[in-house]
Amino acid sequence: MPPEARTHAPAEGEPGWATGLRKLYNSVVDEPLPDSFRDLLKKLDGSDDD
Amino acid sequence: MTDRVRPHPAEEAFREELLGVLPHLRAFARGLSGRPDFADDLVQEALIKAWTARERYTPGTNMRAWTFAILRNHYLSELRKSRRQTDLDESTVERMLVMEADQESPLHLGDMENALQKLAPERREAVLLVGASGFSYEEAADIAGCPIGTMKSRVARARADLNRLLEGDPDLVVPKPNPHG
Repeated sequence: MPPEARTHAPAEGEPGWATGLRKLYNSVVDEPLPDSFRDLLKKLDGSDDD
Repeated sequence: MTDRVRPHPAEEAFREELLGVLPHLRAFARGLSGRPDFADDLVQEALIKAWTARERYTPGTNMRAWTFAILRNHYLSELRKSRRQTDLDESTVERMLVMEADQESPLHLGDMENALQKLAPERREAVLLVGASGFSYEEAADIAGCPIGTMKSRVARARADLNRLLEGDPDLVVPKPNPHG
């Protein structure tokens, strides 16, 4: 088991890795958004799809 | 239409909703593929597809579920494409994904990530949707385009696999991807 998964007590009846899985997922959610995504969103407009 | 040059309120709202779900799309794509660069490419493609299909989205409904479905369908078609190009079978593609994840993962939750990448793809998707991303079984089944019972069984099998992998059973036989779910 990864050490990070042991740092939080799992919810009752839940294996320790379940916390690790959420931490893994949330570690990406919490990453700063690369500029490329904001640039892409800005470029999307109504003229790209007739 | 003549009003394209003006900012369109509905389009701005759609763009804002997309921006809001972006971090979750990145996390889902990273979990699915195990490869940060490939994952972000998937998200970019999914954003463009979502934008192109924006008239099919009902504002205020579940943007996260809608874009997740777009992303996973794109991911599957990319996997199929890479199999066609290289004539690899699915398990070989999966092994490649695992190896690359091992080499370049920036995450500290390495054991968790490795275990996740050892799951059959449909089980990995299931446990990401329900266990990590917090979708209900019903929403996850909609995203994956399968019956709710199938989704429940995939999640249960993924959990059993992860229990074995992370309880340190060295003899675990990695399940072969099951095309029937």
